[in-house]
Amino acid sequence: MMRTTRRTARGGSGGPIVRSAGVAPPRTATLLGLVALALLLLPLAGLLVRTPWAGLGTLLTDPSVLRALRLSLLSSFAALALSTILGVPLALVFARYDFPGKAVVRALAVLPMVLPPVVGGVGLLAAFGRRGIVGGPIERLTGVSVPFTPVAVVLAATFVAMPFLIVTVESGLRLLDHRLEDAAATLGADRWTILRRVVLPLLLPSLAAGMALCWARALGEFGATITFAGNLPGRTQTMPLAVYLELERSPDAAYLLSFVLLLVSVVVLVALRDRFLRVA
Amino acid sequence: MFGNRNRVIPRARGLSWTTVIATLGALTLGGCAGTAPDAPDDATPGGELIVFAAASLTEAFDALAEAFTADHPDADVILNLAGSQVLASQINDGAPADVFAAADPFQMQQVGEAGNLAADAEVFATNRLMIAVEPGNPLGIHGLADLADPELVLVLPAEEVPAGRYARDVLEAAGVSVTPSSLERDVRATRSRVALGEADAAIVYASDVAAAGVEVEGVEIAAADNVVAMYPIAPVADGRNPTTAEAFVAFILAEDGQRILASHGFGARSDAPGSSDTSDEPEA
Repeated sequence: MMRTTRRTARGGSGGPIVRSAGVAPPRTATLLGLVALALLLLPLAGLLVRTPWAGLGTLLTDPSVLRALRLSLLSSFAALALSTILGVPLALVFARYDFPGKAVVRALAVLPMVLPPVVGGVGLLAAFGRRGIVGGPIERLTGVSVPFTPVAVVLAATFVAMPFLIVTVESGLRLLDHRLEDAAATLGADRWTILRRVVLPLLLPSLAAGMALCWARALGEFGATITFAGNLPGRTQTMPLAVYLELERSPDAAYLLSFVLLLVSVVVLVALRDRFLRVA
Repeated sequence: MFGNRNRVIPRARGLSWTTVIATLGALTLGGCAGTAPDAPDDATPGGELIVFAAASLTEAFDALAEAFTADHPDADVILNLAGSQVLASQINDGAPADVFAAADPFQMQQVGEAGNLAADAEVFATNRLMIAVEPGNPLGIHGLADLADPELVLVLPAEEVPAGRYARDVLEAAGVSVTPSSLERDVRATRSRVALGEADAAIVYASDVAAAGVEVEGVEIAAADNVVAMYPIAPVADGRNPTTAEAFVAFILAEDGQRILASHGFGARSDAPGSSDTSDEPEA
């Protein structure tokens, strides 16, 4: 089924405009859609126009840029792994259990999606900082403090990005045909087997979409990171932080850094998409 | 917490839509600042005055704006507070500003060189660095040398902002090498690390310590090692309200304004290196 959808989506590139299945949208809707496209693409076009390309070579060999890029990639993938390991189970709980107050708990769990990230960062400090409700006791007992460490970068990115994975996977779970799971159960499969052999394979498209969203959000994370993890090159300074600070000194370098970040995310998203959707 | 903060004094009227649209328009198109319909025609100070001021001036300019509007009830001072560099590039990109107060002569020079100042900039205040520590100074920090302890959680402003450059210079001059835990985006964010208890010490401006009240305590840096940070101010070219802009700058340079700045921990403009001690000499 996925394969057919995909072929339709692929078709048309290079050829004339062909309407795919379904009724064509009213002309006004098409026009408004084009306005949306312009709004989304113009800032990108602006970036590309303003980017001083001549500096790209020197920038890409600058050790501080490479450090920021490396940290961004490592921490965003670590956040993705953490979000997947913890977020998929939470999505399963939300999709398959009903309990009193579930609506409220669910809303709170995905709140970071709408919370200003800086507020998220302050919240993380209040929880895991040196005076935090969890961080305080941990520091007194072990002497370990989380803020200003790469762990804090991963935590901040996970906090803001995991909800995107949870909501995507949960809605995917709700759309699954329950009868397949019931059939597996009547055939004697236990819960783990059903999860591994039935649910997860069927879930793969929404899981892939959720993971891509989650990773992209983690890569671009700024507010919670700078608030909770601080900014130290090589340790907690990710690309978005480097861009922000570079803007204070040299806007040209900031444009270039933004472009590099943009390029990396496009490459990774395309790679993820092809890999996962082809499997499905 | 970062980016620009807008305040209206005395009564919150919010940024008018014309201002917002003019700003957006100017920022997008670059250079063509909008003409507001409510710009006053007469020569008495009044109307909306948009002041772009460095983040470290937040409390001082709140107080200055309040005192100014007490003298000129028809005037509405809108403060746009951000890092000096951000403000400078906003002005050079055509954001509507009437007055620019920077924490660094370099940023003012950037605006001047782009031809966006209506008059020469004048130093209106000075500042010095100070070590901010937790109230009661629990770790007994008495000077720059104590900051070398690698166990100490020290936070500095990033070198991209003026305070960070000064902090680096001061530490270098004193021959102290440090291992900071974080380099913060502006001096206020640096200070809040100590106020929130996440850092043991930070290097900030004396005025930041004064503005923090009881949240942090200041430890002086020996004058021989310290720097004098200069704050220049100037009316912006093509401002919509030049009369009020001139009056506001004059007010800050005069006795009342200087007294308010001093009460917020700033040094006198006569402390600036190379300044002749007659602080009221007329502008060239």
